[in-house]
Amino acid sequence: MKLMNPVTGWLLLLALAIAFPFMAGNDYHLTVMSTAYIYAIATIGLNLITGYTGQFNLAHSGFMAVGAYTVGILTVDYGVSFWLAFGLSGFVAAFLGFFVGIVSLRLKTHFFSIFTLCVGYIMYLVIEKWESLTHGTVGIMGIPAPESIGPLDFSEARTQYYLVLFFLVASLWIMHRIVHSLLGRTFMAIRNGDDLAQALGINLMRNKLLAFMLSVFFSGLAGGLYAGYVRFLGPGIAGVEHTFDMTMYMLIGGIGTLLGPLLGAISIPWLTQYLQVLQEFRFVVFGPVLVLLVIFLPYGIVGTYLNRQRRKAAMRAPAAPAPAATPSAPAAAPKQGATHA
Amino acid sequence: MELFLQQVLNGLTLGGVYSLVALGLTLVYGILHVPNFAHGAFYMAGAYTAFYVIDKLGLNYWWGMLGAAVVVGLISVVSERLVFHPLRNAPYLHHMIASIGILLFLEAGAQAIWGADFHRMATPYNEILTFGGLTMPAQRLLIVGAAFFLVVLLQLFLKKTVTGATIVAMAQNREGAALVGIDATRVAMLTFAIAGALAGIAAVLYAPINLVYTSMGNLVITKAFVIIVLGGMGSVPGAIVGGLIIGFAEAFGAFYISTDYKDIIAFALLVLILSVRPQGLFAKGAH
Repeated sequence: MKLMNPVTGWLLLLALAIAFPFMAGNDYHLTVMSTAYIYAIATIGLNLITGYTGQFNLAHSGFMAVGAYTVGILTVDYGVSFWLAFGLSGFVAAFLGFFVGIVSLRLKTHFFSIFTLCVGYIMYLVIEKWESLTHGTVGIMGIPAPESIGPLDFSEARTQYYLVLFFLVASLWIMHRIVHSLLGRTFMAIRNGDDLAQALGINLMRNKLLAFMLSVFFSGLAGGLYAGYVRFLGPGIAGVEHTFDMTMYMLIGGIGTLLGPLLGAISIPWLTQYLQVLQEFRFVVFGPVLVLLVIFLPYGIVGTYLNRQRRKAAMRAPAAPAPAATPSAPAAAPKQGATHA
Repeated sequence: MELFLQQVLNGLTLGGVYSLVALGLTLVYGILHVPNFAHGAFYMAGAYTAFYVIDKLGLNYWWGMLGAAVVVGLISVVSERLVFHPLRNAPYLHHMIASIGILLFLEAGAQAIWGADFHRMATPYNEILTFGGLTMPAQRLLIVGAAFFLVVLLQLFLKKTVTGATIVAMAQNREGAALVGIDATRVAMLTFAIAGALAGIAAVLYAPINLVYTSMGNLVITKAFVIIVLGGMGSVPGAIVGGLIIGFAEAFGAFYISTDYKDIIAFALLVLILSVRPQGLFAKGAH
């Protein structure tokens, strides 16, 4: 029993997103949604390295800060136009990602995570302490809004919303192309077992590095958008708690799926909006939710749904060969755990 | 020379606290084979428990420390039972995310109860001792002494008692330990209790010269990770030596290089060492 085919579903979502500004009560709702989209782009990036390639990068928000500060510093201190600075943001993050990647990706599993945790802290501390470059704890104020292009004036909330939406859709489309290509399969092969992947002739380092750079590219881009949207930057955005936030979005929606991180990144901020009391203490609720999820629903909402669909399909056609056309769910992931049982 | 000795004392103080936290982390690693990110939150919970006992119940510092050790030991055991035990066969990513969940819960919980303000913890040891130009706050001496005492006690426990030996056995080989009749559940609970108690005590020792706040555990735990990566995951002597190395590096770095960047030193050291030796300083085999 299929609800609808994926293309229709995505188009419906897009239509909803385009119609949203006309349904939203006020600009505040637009702000919440736009910020959610920005974090969704970063989360999509994190999902590529963590969900699809199996490397949990804890410096992800650090790279988002790198993208954001690229825009902040270039526009405010050097008078560069927003668009040029924004165009650079993803590349600066990916460039830095190259150097972090060649060192950190030699490490496996939690050693990689601990290493990137430290890298994230270094990024945070450098941003906080290097006052002549980053304005330190004061932060960068008065980042200009994106310059208008023709009739599009980006100082308006609605146009800004569409700008962010445009990049979200583009990111999702690119990610869709990546994960359904041979490259995406390669990443998943590495996730499901890197010894096996290597035995198949996959160059681990080169592919992991590529996944890492692509992943932080999205993060840097999201940071650039963030700088142009919020127009104020402090060292706080490099904090590891933002990576934890994104991890939560990714996990609740469904790690290693395309729709999951999007679903999480959009629904959780709204949920916290409606639980205003919880704003500051949201983790009193979400902390245990995170724990319960990994214990009982490790594939999140979307992943669990997809797995069930697949199981049904498999039961209906018992003689059919293994479903090679469904590589996107991390079904083989639990196998990794056998070694440290 | 006096300034130099002063830095030695500072290094011993920091090193002592880091060693205690890293010891708990490394013991738990021996059981879980996964780093427990929630350990820093246990540390924080210890400081708040003692703060509550001293400030609200009006009991003295030592009762605060005892309270912290008991409460954090309990939190630690409960999290093993409720979270890590059900996840024992899950991939490492799930462990890490679950421990992050515990960390976020404890931090938000402490903030909900005590607010986001910084608190100062009272200590009865305020006097400053001087030895020929060398000034030594009594609290720092207490940290060094207590850390040394606990490390020796733990070593004796692990080496000389049967219960301690079961922990070591389980860290070395889980299946082998089970084969010779060691109750894995009991040992896991015991290890978590000891690790939690150590974190709690370390927090109560260090809090009077620092401050009590909800994110106080974050830097300490990250440094403890650096220590056990350097010293070899699961290695007890590695945690002690690693703790001292990082403690001294920070004390001397803060004095001779820059106070602004002293927190970076530990991380830079890790990045540097792992870049050259991906297997860590003392560990055997690749990570």
